[in-house]
Amino acid sequence: MIETDTRTPTVLELFRGFLILGLTGFGGVLPLARHMVVDQRRWLSGREFTELLGLCQFLPGGNIINLSVGIGLRFRGIAGAVAALVGLIAAPIVVVLVLGVIYARYRSEPHVVHMFAGLAAAAAGQLVAMAVKLALPLQRKPMSIAIAVVIFGAIVGFHLPLVPTMLAMAPISIFIVMKVRA
Amino acid sequence: MNDTLVSLAVIFVQLSLIAFGGGNTTLPEMHRQVVDVHHWMTSADFAALYALAQAAPGPNMMVVPLIGWNVAGASGMLVTTLAVFGPSSVLTIVALRLWHGFRNPVWRQAIQGGLAPISVGLVAASATIITRTVDHGWVLGAITAASALIAIRTKTHPLWLLAGGAAIGWTGFGQ
Repeated sequence: MIETDTRTPTVLELFRGFLILGLTGFGGVLPLARHMVVDQRRWLSGREFTELLGLCQFLPGGNIINLSVGIGLRFRGIAGAVAALVGLIAAPIVVVLVLGVIYARYRSEPHVVHMFAGLAAAAAGQLVAMAVKLALPLQRKPMSIAIAVVIFGAIVGFHLPLVPTMLAMAPISIFIVMKVRA
Repeated sequence: MNDTLVSLAVIFVQLSLIAFGGGNTTLPEMHRQVVDVHHWMTSADFAALYALAQAAPGPNMMVVPLIGWNVAGASGMLVTTLAVFGPSSVLTIVALRLWHGFRNPVWRQAIQGGLAPISVGLVAASATIITRTVDHGWVLGAITAASALIAIRTKTHPLWLLAGGAAIGWTGFGQ
């Protein structure tokens, strides 16, 4: 008998695993996901995880959403994919709804309005931080910076809709980056 | 009512399929559709819902079910949730089944490399639009700046920053 390093989860285990992940993953589920999937439950090796994540980042949609679908699919087919995805989003949906109801109910209370204003300001700051962190690898890549600036200007300056903007800019950007590697 | 649900479905199916680089890249379009095109809520409400979703655990697309709930109640929530998570998940399933085609590193790298600057532009646009909406007065602006700086420079847990912002906001100082 050869002991294998990784274990195959059932549909229920997939659901439970991602349910816990959804409940505990505040502000970035990805590091936690790796911990659970690779270190704790040993569903995938580190290399398999990285490879799957690479594909998930390449596809549209949230990385962690795609990752849950990919892991569920790998072990238990469509049923596993659905179980993992539903597990991941079930608890957060309940939490946002409760917060939303509280906000709707008390939105005329000055203290609550002020509190949510502060909360929103801090959340905006995190978005700014994310933009900065994403932009750092583009340093010394003038063409990439130019593409980012054009997209930014189209959306913020000209209020262009995203779908046609993406359809126009994605091929141009892919072509330019491929040609000049910049 | 039904028209609203159809509009919600159309908007979020589109966003699901073009959300390259994660959910935050689609915030400007979400904002444009929900606030400017359909007038379902004010810009301030949109920013508040986004903040609520940030304070909740889980993936960062959780603002979507919340928007659905606010626009059309439980059925709105169901429609937006299915619309935003369904199509990209189906695409993931199809792509994983065709995994070997995607394994070709040359054009996979080319596409990934080409989409990276677009993601940067879109997330920067999201940050600008949300910040412009929420920052009235210097205290809120300072909260945003401090939160951004701390998040860039340190590994502080995001929830601490949100709690700090909420606590300063609660006092009403400068608002």
